[in-house]
Amino acid sequence: MRYLPLTDEDRELMLDRIEVAHVDELFADVPADKLLKAPLDLPRHKGELEVERMLSRIAAKNMTASTVPFFVGAGAYKHHVPASVDHLIQRSEFLTSYTPYQPEIAQGTLHYLFEFQTQVAMLTGMDVANASMYDGSTGCAEAVLMAHRITRRNKAVLSGGLHPHYAEVVRTSSHLAGDHVVTMSPDISATEDLLAQIDDSVSCVVVQTPDVFGNLRDLTAIADKCHKHKALLIAVFTEAMSLGLVTPPGEMGADIVVGEGQSIGNSLNFGGPYVGLFATRQAYVRQMPGRLCGETVDADGRTGYVLTLSTREQHIRREKATSNICTNSGLCCLAFSIHLTLLGNKGLTQVARINHANAVLLADMLAPIAGVDVLNETFFNEFTIRVRGKAADVVEAMAQRGVLAGVPMSRLLPDAGLDDLIIVANSEVNTDDDRRAFVDALRQSLSN
Amino acid sequence: MSNIRYTKDHEYIRLDGDVGTVGITDYAQHQLGDVVFVELPSVGDAIVAGKQAAVVESVKAASEVYAPVSGEIVEVNSAIEAEPAVVNEDPVGKGWFVKLKITNPDEFAKLMDEDAYKAFVASMS
Amino acid sequence: MLNKQGRPTTPAAAHVEHRETFTSNRALQLEEALIFDVGREDVCGVDFDEPAPFKARLGAHARKASTGLPGLSEPEAVRHYVRLSQKNYSIDSGLYPLGSCTMKHNPRLNERMARLPGFSDVHPLQPVSTVPGALELMQDLSHWLITLTGMEAVALSPKAGAHGEMCGMMTIRAAIEARGESATRRVVLVPDSAHGTNPATAAAMGFEVRSVPAGADGIVHVDAVKALLGPEVAAIMLTNPNTCGLFEKQIVEIADAIHAAGGYFYCDGANFNAIVGKVRPGDLGVDAMHINLHKTFSTPHGGGGPGSGPVVLSKRLAPFAPVPFLKRDDKTITLVEHAKGTQAAGRITAFHGQMGMFVRALSYILSHGSDGLQQSSQDAVLNANYVRACMADLMSLPFGNRPCMHEALFDDAWLKDTGVTTLDFAKAMIDEGYHPMTIYFPLVVHGAMLIEPTESESKAALDLFIMTLRDLAFSVKRGETERFVGAPHFAPRARLDETRAARQPVLRWTPRKPVLAEAAE
Repeated sequence: MRYLPLTDEDRELMLDRIEVAHVDELFADVPADKLLKAPLDLPRHKGELEVERMLSRIAAKNMTASTVPFFVGAGAYKHHVPASVDHLIQRSEFLTSYTPYQPEIAQGTLHYLFEFQTQVAMLTGMDVANASMYDGSTGCAEAVLMAHRITRRNKAVLSGGLHPHYAEVVRTSSHLAGDHVVTMSPDISATEDLLAQIDDSVSCVVVQTPDVFGNLRDLTAIADKCHKHKALLIAVFTEAMSLGLVTPPGEMGADIVVGEGQSIGNSLNFGGPYVGLFATRQAYVRQMPGRLCGETVDADGRTGYVLTLSTREQHIRREKATSNICTNSGLCCLAFSIHLTLLGNKGLTQVARINHANAVLLADMLAPIAGVDVLNETFFNEFTIRVRGKAADVVEAMAQRGVLAGVPMSRLLPDAGLDDLIIVANSEVNTDDDRRAFVDALRQSLSN
Repeated sequence: MSNIRYTKDHEYIRLDGDVGTVGITDYAQHQLGDVVFVELPSVGDAIVAGKQAAVVESVKAASEVYAPVSGEIVEVNSAIEAEPAVVNEDPVGKGWFVKLKITNPDEFAKLMDEDAYKAFVASMS
Repeated sequence: MLNKQGRPTTPAAAHVEHRETFTSNRALQLEEALIFDVGREDVCGVDFDEPAPFKARLGAHARKASTGLPGLSEPEAVRHYVRLSQKNYSIDSGLYPLGSCTMKHNPRLNERMARLPGFSDVHPLQPVSTVPGALELMQDLSHWLITLTGMEAVALSPKAGAHGEMCGMMTIRAAIEARGESATRRVVLVPDSAHGTNPATAAAMGFEVRSVPAGADGIVHVDAVKALLGPEVAAIMLTNPNTCGLFEKQIVEIADAIHAAGGYFYCDGANFNAIVGKVRPGDLGVDAMHINLHKTFSTPHGGGGPGSGPVVLSKRLAPFAPVPFLKRDDKTITLVEHAKGTQAAGRITAFHGQMGMFVRALSYILSHGSDGLQQSSQDAVLNANYVRACMADLMSLPFGNRPCMHEALFDDAWLKDTGVTTLDFAKAMIDEGYHPMTIYFPLVVHGAMLIEPTESESKAALDLFIMTLRDLAFSVKRGETERFVGAPHFAPRARLDETRAARQPVLRWTPRKPVLAEAAE
């Protein structure tokens, strides 16, 4: 077995030293009738070549984003990640280290976490950010709990433009905590009246921009009314790259900003691992969940970094912790941070412009097609179309023609009567050929 | 007779008329280590004996500060919020947490006096 | 003619320690600035073509101010991150005996497999008909996890161990609600030796936490549990093997007692790596258990994540697994994404879980096979006991010199009055080229030192580690405190001021004041 260094001779010598005759004597506390005598009825060990063959065969059954015209988004996005990112995150010292509990020999991790926190704060226009969450949706649920702690109220209002899965995650955790959630109906055109929902009983309002339909939203008026009633505005995004081109939530008065960071530095991975971004105002730092890295000095006066404010966390506070979270998304936030460092403000603006330009190009090509309506007034790289017939069938038919066209809204919300909507995402990876293929496949799929 | 009393959770209360000054003892600050954060109640809050009155945090631990007696908060020491190190440097002096107007003097009388507390601490080590 | 040119080939003088250098670098230890100090807004390490002119559709939402984010060219970025990496200790460079964290070898085949485009380049919401391989991979992993644990079903979506705890406790909550007892069954029993995540999770799920004292022998006794049982008890959360590195030997009796009282048994599976292939939690009466794929099945820890925490469930809890989940009949695998029409307890994350970690874990599992997994558990336990046996005469064992599971727990009784603390001893290990063990955890043992060598260490590596520990221990006993107090001496940084970090938190870079302005103050 290539991963096990001990030889049978080593094992004998060690058992002698421990003064037991057989390794099962070390398992003496296991009830005797429960100890398995032989390995379970499962396949035996395999060499690298064989494992590689088995898994490659399974992988080959999937249609991959890079091999087809690809327009699927709604919470996860296909972008080009520079080769150096994946190379760097595979450095042994990043890949195979643990949470930086011994800061003297973990300055590499702590240093990039400090940079990551700063990058996220700058990107969102907020004061501080934590060292990442599992993903955007879990971050969103944590943000609601945080707002309840700060306001000492327990009613959250969720915009109808919030990703339905995010709303579901919030409702699940709120149900468990005994909190109250008001979910607005799906708001395709960003015209819902959230202001009417805000009063002194509300802890927070959760609004996504760009929203799940792709619309851009101004949050200023909502923030103002929230603050008048001592409630918090939680701003959500699922497409981090949008922040290169649109007004950041911090400038619109958001108190907590959460988002999915997958777009920058990370692959699609069929849904994970991703990286949740979480930022807030300085005043709320001590109510923030998750790990935090801070700057300090060592015994010789040199600048260094440590995990700090950990009394908020479960290993000290136990049942009084701000959250039960123990890990962050370490390597995924490193990938995010490296990619963003390669981009800088200049590159981020450029790639965001290309995303927007490609979306505008496709929207303009779709507008004249009979039986297709582009619903958005504004958008970044994602918009919603209404098609004749069932969107899920159209998307399926387009997939059979080799085009992955987007997400039918019915996949996210099956019972909302939105069976004719498709959310279409664009990015810098899409070419003119991709867009032509999209239009052709759509026309053919509609006429059937 | 001294006007200071102690709890088994290492809070002290010094009584001046019907106003008690509450903080943590020197033993407590020593056990906690460097205090880095203090969370205080608001003036006007009604506090019940044995229930949480404040929170004190060091780098490695977070502890509740319980009210030794019941009463209403009449003053909080914002100076220790700004500079928590004072709790370590002068816990029974400048490092006090809250002042409360006590409602039930009997509760005070039942607490440990200086000698009893010293014996209690000695029994812990 | 003699040639006197060229370099001298013997060193001239002894190595001089602690000599200052102009750069503050020390040969391979290179100092590195923050990207905000060296990068610039107009520098970019990626090339893009300017798009053809187009009419923006941003409305009034266009960003006005720059993000201010600094950029680096590719060579600068590569150097920055390579230099940072060199300040980290890692499994790849040395023994990493961090108890309860399971720092075993991370096979690189797993990395290659996770990067196959068929796994890494598929979208969670593309038509299900285009991802049969993704479902097959999840199904194969599920089969292994269910068989290895002897359970009924598995929920794959939890993103990490603590998230798995939440998922498991949520199914228990849902089962209790389905029984109509949610108003009365509100208490969860948690031993005081448990990971901090256990009480934190129970509290987050709306339960009231009641602490169970562990016995003097380090395990939980069924009598202590029975004393706390009643109609208000919803569940017990028990780690097995526990955080003291011991198998909970009364576990079956505890499971029977909690079941008889109408509650459920949540097992924290953080230490499952000690018993894979040796005993099945399902046979012990467990109702729910999370498995840390990043511990037991070696998906890389990555400096603190990402993790993955699938939860195996008993027949009683299986119907309450959150969406999405896989349903399998004879031929087909169906992906169920919506709770409607099911008893699912809701949804805990946007998508299907940590697919990238599923691939790595399955690659690890297939490589080991049932025989290799069992051997791994045995070797992990053997290695821990070897360290215990070799150190028992010098360091103190809180529960006596008896067999442990995959980790050996020492306390600081042997350090009493030496002037050396557990922390000092740990920091001195850094100077010897080792990552310290887990210290001050579990909380039930004073000055705890929890050593988990894992099965990845050879006997030679363990022998050197043991000799090092012995040398350090003798040093303590000889009163050579300078080796400990103030250590580490040779790491990239000396001990850091955590008090300052917490009293005046600096959590991000901010633009520095110009030098002139500072001088004027």
